[in-house]
Amino acid sequence: MFNPQLNEKGNLNHLLSIEGLSKEKILQILDTAESFLKIGERDVKKVPILRGKTVCNVFFENSTRTRTTFEIAAKRLSADVINLNVATSSQSKGETILDTINNLIAMNADIFVVRHSSSGAAHFIASHVKPNIHIINAGDGNHSHPTQGLLDAFTIRKYKTNFNNLKVAIVGDILHSRVARSNIHALNILGVPEIRVIAPKTLLPYEVEKLGVHVFHDIDKGLKDVDVIMMLRVQNERMDGVMLPSQEEYFKTYGLNQSRLNLAKKEAIVMHPGPMNRGVEIDSAVADSEQSVILPQVTFGIAVRMSVMAILAGQYS
Amino acid sequence: MNLPNAENLIESLKNKINAIIDSNTVLIGVQRGGELILQKILPDLKEPIATGSINASFYRDDFSSRGLKIKNTPSKIDTEIDGKNIILIDDVFSTGRTVRAAMNEIFDYGRPSKIILAVLIDRNEQELPIAPQIYIEKINLPKNQHLELVFDKNKKFIFQLKESNV
Repeated sequence: MFNPQLNEKGNLNHLLSIEGLSKEKILQILDTAESFLKIGERDVKKVPILRGKTVCNVFFENSTRTRTTFEIAAKRLSADVINLNVATSSQSKGETILDTINNLIAMNADIFVVRHSSSGAAHFIASHVKPNIHIINAGDGNHSHPTQGLLDAFTIRKYKTNFNNLKVAIVGDILHSRVARSNIHALNILGVPEIRVIAPKTLLPYEVEKLGVHVFHDIDKGLKDVDVIMMLRVQNERMDGVMLPSQEEYFKTYGLNQSRLNLAKKEAIVMHPGPMNRGVEIDSAVADSEQSVILPQVTFGIAVRMSVMAILAGQYS
Repeated sequence: MNLPNAENLIESLKNKINAIIDSNTVLIGVQRGGELILQKILPDLKEPIATGSINASFYRDDFSSRGLKIKNTPSKIDTEIDGKNIILIDDVFSTGRTVRAAMNEIFDYGRPSKIILAVLIDRNEQELPIAPQIYIEKINLPKNQHLELVFDKNKKFIFQLKESNV
């Protein structure tokens, strides 16, 4: 199978999606991230391995957290970082994606972190650049958000040590969520025996079972005895009545509150990719509880993104 | 060729280190060999000494040609090193590039007043103005032969010679 992420030696040249990564490759990224996590705890939070390299954050869609953590990750590796908010610049003047990227390549950038509202945008760019240029997908449409999938796997491993006896529940808008797709693929590859998705029918993709998940429409049944609860953000723009009646109604039927959390295992962790809507998908008290690992996820995200950039930049061909 | 007896070299290194340590000393092992030596000699030192461990992968000067190879555990220096006398321990000294990388990393943790390099073997392949102040033996080997400190089946340290193409 053609896999644009890998070079002819089978090394990672781009990170475009979780699909197509081997278990060994994912574990290599997580193990390397473990080393970078230690660097974030030091006084001098910087190592020189990407010195002289240029990382371009090209965001065709807005983001604060993902862009910031990629920026911090690149800076801690000593790279020069350029942030381009393309949503408000050249695209509106009619430039094509490829022209935007080629202009940046002409300025000698080495790594591109790309977010785009169209699924497949990062693949498209990766298939049009020279082999010494590396593309990292920071989210494309409903398709994939691989670094989020990796950092969530890293977080689960941190708290649960291994993957092969876990029950993981993903709750919320699976249909529109690239985070959910990346997580389902990552957890399947890593050998999680039971992945559950919990959502109303209107927020589930057609034939979602084929991804290797168990479907629950009733959150109380779905959360029973799980080790990990991954909440997804309910996007406000979906709240117009077509897919969901109202925020209050959603919180009543699918929101995570303490009594629902009590249905999971006692030491279950609660995750959320952010930004969260308190009182819509998650109760404020639960988000701030002992079981919540939402802020550690952000910290781990930097280490995982450092790991991905360092591994990509180290693949000379 | 006959490789030197690693256990004897470690014993000699321990005696030399014991002669110069005091309460201001911090011992830092360079992974992987130096860290193994440090753990071996630590219980027999004349006084308790603060320690750390360095994995200089992120500081190497051959990253762009070799890529990132993380085999060992992350660096761990939990003790204060400002104003300390550091003894940096490694098994084999060859070009000096690993030591340069390790020193760069140490200075990201603080400003020691002094660093001494102590090794078992000096291969006489120095490429930088860095040399061990303490070494037990000097050996000349072909460039493609790699000397590695490992355990034998009786849990004793031995040196093993490996051919490499880098």
